[in-house]
Amino acid sequence: MAVLFNEGGGPWGGGKSPGGSGGNGGGGGGGDNGGPRNPWSQPPEGDRPRGNGPSALDELLRRAKGARGQIPSGGGNPVRWIGYGILALAVLWVALTSVHQIEPAERGVVTRLGRYSHTLNPGVSLTLPAPIDRVQTRDVQSIRSIDIPGGTGERLVLTGDQNIIDLEYSVGWNIRDPELFLFQSVDPEATIKSVAESAMRASIANMPLNAAIGSGRNTIEADVRQQMQTILDGYRTGVSIQRVTIKQTDPPEAVVEAFKEVTAAGSNAQTSVNNARTYAQQVLAKAQGESGAFDRVYAQYKLAPEVTRRRLYYETMERVLSKVDKTIVEAPGVTPYLPLRELKRAPEPAAGAGQ
Amino acid sequence: MNLIERVMRNPMFFGLAALAVLFLLANTIKIVPETQQGVVLRFGNPTLLVNRYQPKQQFGGEGAGLLAVLPFADSIIWIDKRVRDVDMVGQQVLSTDQYRLNVDAFARYRIVDPLRMYISARTEERVAEQLAPILGSVVRNELGKRPFAELLSPERGVIMQNVRRALDVQARQYGAEIVDVRIKKTDPPEGAALEATYARMRSARVQEARTIEAQGLQKAQIIRADADAEAAGIYAAAFSKDPGFYDFYRAMQSYERTFGSDGSNPTGQSSIILSPGNDYLREFRGGSR
Repeated sequence: MAVLFNEGGGPWGGGKSPGGSGGNGGGGGGGDNGGPRNPWSQPPEGDRPRGNGPSALDELLRRAKGARGQIPSGGGNPVRWIGYGILALAVLWVALTSVHQIEPAERGVVTRLGRYSHTLNPGVSLTLPAPIDRVQTRDVQSIRSIDIPGGTGERLVLTGDQNIIDLEYSVGWNIRDPELFLFQSVDPEATIKSVAESAMRASIANMPLNAAIGSGRNTIEADVRQQMQTILDGYRTGVSIQRVTIKQTDPPEAVVEAFKEVTAAGSNAQTSVNNARTYAQQVLAKAQGESGAFDRVYAQYKLAPEVTRRRLYYETMERVLSKVDKTIVEAPGVTPYLPLRELKRAPEPAAGAGQ
Repeated sequence: MNLIERVMRNPMFFGLAALAVLFLLANTIKIVPETQQGVVLRFGNPTLLVNRYQPKQQFGGEGAGLLAVLPFADSIIWIDKRVRDVDMVGQQVLSTDQYRLNVDAFARYRIVDPLRMYISARTEERVAEQLAPILGSVVRNELGKRPFAELLSPERGVIMQNVRRALDVQARQYGAEIVDVRIKKTDPPEGAALEATYARMRSARVQEARTIEAQGLQKAQIIRADADAEAAGIYAAAFSKDPGFYDFYRAMQSYERTFGSDGSNPTGQSSIILSPGNDYLREFRGGSR
């Protein structure tokens, strides 16, 4: 309202001053009236500087002497100066408040005397000056992000199978409808946050733990986004939810060890299986090798069974008996004289020499 | 000209007069914004409602704009027309199966009857103050009728509708309409209940871990057995061509291994005592067959 006073006073003051000068200077004043475009440069150009010879300071001094009767004739000038000042301010005010540049990402909502009038699209637009038209610009393109929970600490959420997870996510939104956004809700951002929490918890509550911390993330994100949009549209907030991103779903700190144990168990199980596979490879390779060897030998054996058999026998015996101590007992009666002690002693140098 | 001269003569007087006129105008003409509804009081007596909330109302309609009132006699009480929040934080709820829960909820409401609201509560803040405990008790009552599992289920929507309806009845007394009620969180409270939940989660994990390990072992065992069986098949296929020769052949291999002549190092010392009747020494005795 205070602004309105200024505004009302502006054009008035502006009208008064040139009129006052006209009464004083005659025709010259009228000429001035024609072009009050540059009030600052006018006074020196007019006829009056002669009568005006004394500076504004002198003029003021003269007024200070208390010569009241002289004000209408000689005192027109200071009043006019004030008038020009006010006029200039008024012009400036109108220029500043009625031209609006709206950025490509923005929309400007115009309220005329409180009532919604129209919405400005990007570009330069004219409106009525300030107290009459009020423009509120809002960015409708850029996506704002709300992190939930803000700050640190665990935010525990119950899952469908009554377990608890630690959840962190963010919501990206932009303004779809600036009028609704401005006029419908008290604090749209807080509303979005509350709705996000509500929708997220409802969605997690329909998921078992394993889905919530693993495979179900995408489903949850899509579901929450859709739920939020429905709820917010119901409130007519004029907001569009662009994305819901789960940043982190973890088991709570207190049980994280147990979850790691499951991961470890998975590795252990894999280790067991790998070991078994190694064993299987070895066993099969051995079987194939041995049977292959047998097949080859057998093929030769079949060509000359008797000879091959004897040859194999002697070769084997050579190898076997060459490495061990041998005692040949001639007759059954000698057995008790076997030098068992020597037998025991002998192998050591023999073994050493053998290797 | 005449007027101007008069103004020039008495700038003080006319300035004051202009101010007085403006002051009067300011008290007569009011701007009604889109976001507020007003109750006009003439000497404290409500005479007019302006820009009252109408469902499905478009902006830029009749309500907002200029309003003329009687200066000094009329005053306007501004009441928010927008949707407002009331929060309920940390209510303890006991479900029918004795689960204790911490519940946060919020309700969204709007003043639809500004006069009633002004009479019963005066300010929007007072309405919120009045509604908060009612919301708490309605939520407690409604959730207290349900088992815990149902609070997590999709049934929640129905519960919330009941809460909304119950709260709405109360809110009408304050000229407010409940748009929606939602549960933000349902958590087991700190302490024993939470610890018990953690213990359950832990035991479930341990069970899962042991099961996985056991399954791994089971799988490993089967893999080994399969390999053994396959190997046996391969051996059988090869050796059954001539069991007699196999016996001999394998015996030869076995001797070599037992006495360490195939490069292996059998533990234990070996000495062989041969009787002259041994087949190996047959020729030893001068080839007597």
